[in-house]
Amino acid sequence: MSEEKYILQMSNIVKTFPGVKALRGVELNVKPGEIHALMGENGAGKSTLVNCLAGIHNPTSGEIIYDGEKVGNYNTAQALEMGISMIHQELSPVFHRPIMENIWLGREPLNRFGFVDHKKMYEMSKEVLKEIDLDEDPKTLMVSLTVAKMQMIEIAKAVSYDSKLIIMDEPTSALTDKEVKQLFRIMRKLKDQGKSIIYISHKIEEVYEVTDKVTIYRDGQFIGTEATSNLVVSKLINMMVGRDVNEMLPKVKCPIGDIKLEIKNLTHSHLFKDISFTVKRGEILGIAGLVGSGRTEVIETVFGIRSSVSGEIFIDGKKVEINKPRDAIAHHMALLTEDRRLSGIFPMLSVRLNMVIANISTYLNKLGLVKEKMLKNECDEYVKKIQVKTPGLMQKIEKLSGGNQQKVLVARWLMTKPDILFLDEPTRGIDVGTKAEIHKIITKLAGEGKSIVMISSELPEVMGMSDRILIMHEGRVTGIVENTKDLTQEDLMAYATNTVA
Amino acid sequence: MTATGSSVINKIDFKQILQKYGIVFVLILMIVGISIAEPAFLSRSNIFNVLTQSSIFGIMALGLTFVIISKGIDLSVGSILALSGVVLASLGQAASATSKYFPNMGELPVFIPILAALSIGALCGGISGALIAKTKIPAFIATLGMMTIARGMALIYSDGRPISTLVPSLTALGGKIFGFIPVPVIIFFIAIGISSVLLQMTKFGKNVYAIGGNITAAEVSGVNVSKNLILIYAYSGLLAGLAAVVFAGRVGSVHPGAATGYELTAIAATTIGGTSHAGGIGTIWGAFVGALVLAVMRNGLTLIGVDAYWQQITEGVIIIVAVVIDMRKNAKKD
Repeated sequence: MSEEKYILQMSNIVKTFPGVKALRGVELNVKPGEIHALMGENGAGKSTLVNCLAGIHNPTSGEIIYDGEKVGNYNTAQALEMGISMIHQELSPVFHRPIMENIWLGREPLNRFGFVDHKKMYEMSKEVLKEIDLDEDPKTLMVSLTVAKMQMIEIAKAVSYDSKLIIMDEPTSALTDKEVKQLFRIMRKLKDQGKSIIYISHKIEEVYEVTDKVTIYRDGQFIGTEATSNLVVSKLINMMVGRDVNEMLPKVKCPIGDIKLEIKNLTHSHLFKDISFTVKRGEILGIAGLVGSGRTEVIETVFGIRSSVSGEIFIDGKKVEINKPRDAIAHHMALLTEDRRLSGIFPMLSVRLNMVIANISTYLNKLGLVKEKMLKNECDEYVKKIQVKTPGLMQKIEKLSGGNQQKVLVARWLMTKPDILFLDEPTRGIDVGTKAEIHKIITKLAGEGKSIVMISSELPEVMGMSDRILIMHEGRVTGIVENTKDLTQEDLMAYATNTVA
Repeated sequence: MTATGSSVINKIDFKQILQKYGIVFVLILMIVGISIAEPAFLSRSNIFNVLTQSSIFGIMALGLTFVIISKGIDLSVGSILALSGVVLASLGQAASATSKYFPNMGELPVFIPILAALSIGALCGGISGALIAKTKIPAFIATLGMMTIARGMALIYSDGRPISTLVPSLTALGGKIFGFIPVPVIIFFIAIGISSVLLQMTKFGKNVYAIGGNITAAEVSGVNVSKNLILIYAYSGLLAGLAAVVFAGRVGSVHPGAATGYELTAIAATTIGGTSHAGGIGTIWGAFVGALVLAVMRNGLTLIGVDAYWQQITEGVIIIVAVVIDMRKNAKKD
């Protein structure tokens, strides 16, 4: 293999963030005119790797040889100069400006007086759009386009930079089948022009349809690169998930009681359909499925954050109406949300206020004033009970580590004395030690007869903790299985990708 | 070794204190500086004078503290003062008034005009709050609209003319008791006490911080965000109504153009006092200190003979510097 044969060679790439080693010496080799898939579970390091490639991060160590030359650290602007473009999963166009201004943003063609040459910009845009067979007037406002079209404009932009390497991070997650076909056609056209595409996707069918090579990562490590056509699905899945389950806390069996919560035919306008499941007292129901499968949305709907089109919720056999989170709380439900910063913590407020916010009413005297002493004692008790490491209750929560912030949120919900707990990625971004502690707390709660629904992207966690596992794929339940000894990660992945034989 | 350890701790504490109470030091420096230049500044009568001058926009600043902690803004308090004020004046005219708003009405018990002013204030604020909560329009827009509407209503109600000659029991609210304690200052202090208890010791207060700190998390934690938003703006309006009572007492009449621009002074006082427009941070104590900083500056600069136009420039610089320092303090966390 001579070096000329590759447009990109990344080797021994290490990337560490404070407290986390996201990449532990991975490689990626891409040839010109190749569509190259990156696969792996959430947190495997794919995104970090392409962010390093696109100049968003700089690798902590490692070597990047691009177009035959070794390159040092560079930023996104320099990456574009070099011919490396990235199409992000979440697009951020300037919505109320036309297509052409979006394409040439920051490098508008100027006339000799120094004013923007709109006519030239229009012509140049026409050309670029033609190159990817997109029939849109460059003067159309971005806001009037579909997500798919906006993505195509991003591709047009990449083409306008004359990029040799285009990175696409889950470009199909918001597209319809027809739009996906159109995207693939453009991808093949770019390929024929000798451009290379790095394609991140969770959708196995698509990877087989459009890519030439697959590189698989797991836990920040390089697992292997294979020609897509030579790789059977089962081997691919095995390479993605092949992790040792024993490192996880084994589930302690505890007595399981009657049905506590029952969801019947819960349907959302477009995110999920016909979701039905039950949770018993003392049971841990794991929910698995890939990001975007609708797991979080289902739980948020049950908790009253989103509204459903139809469906019923029963607690202890009685039908309940839940339209707001406070209705859910009144029914003794609790929800540890997926995104701690977005919907969990109050960053600049004290640990104490963060703990008691869902439960202040309990600490009011007859005048409606907060009984500070009682509240403080209770908080101290929970800090001790679940071992929150904080210099004091008045410490701002944002100064604690992610794991301790999560513990404060666990305390917040335990203080409401819930019967049903929804835990959405309860250990995401948390160090191993704290993770085990949180697992212990969850098991203990189940032992106390509480019903627990736990969403997790980590299959070993789901398999280590759950009594039963519900698996979702594209807004539907594809299976609810008993967590027996024979169950393998491959089985779950098959449900999650809807490729059950 | 112990000695070095403790001195390090002292140093840190000192820095923290300086950061936390920085604006208090600024206030003290101002007072010391002005007193050296003009010793009359520290006379008892002048101190009460400063406090009285701060009371009207100070009372508004208390309400704005709730609003700004919740990550909102209320531009309507000045206009609400005018609207509440003209209604209060029309109901509180003395029998001896030459042009009576209600010619056939006798003198009403003093609590009626006061209650009317407070209710109108709370109602206007509550409407802004409901708009913000239900239509999700930015607080800036909702209260900008309310600012114009309330001013227009004040003009319509009074036919554009001042309403004067109030009953003595109302003007007494602008006077002094025991011959030297101004009643506006007493009202201001009571409002500080009530607001402080509300903000620090009630569920409502905790919810205000939560809404400003992270509105999504507040909703998920079961906080009734809509109800609390309505209450926050209603309280701000109520205090604008209370400011109208003090205003009427001091001036003895209310004209519909009264208190134009006061909302900005009140916002400035709240901001100087360390309440963050990013939400979630702020205290009543801070609003009080902020109001004092502005009042001391205005009074002191006048005493030492600084031109009124220059006073405005100084005021602007202080507001900006206070916020720059505050933002640096908050940015240091990362």
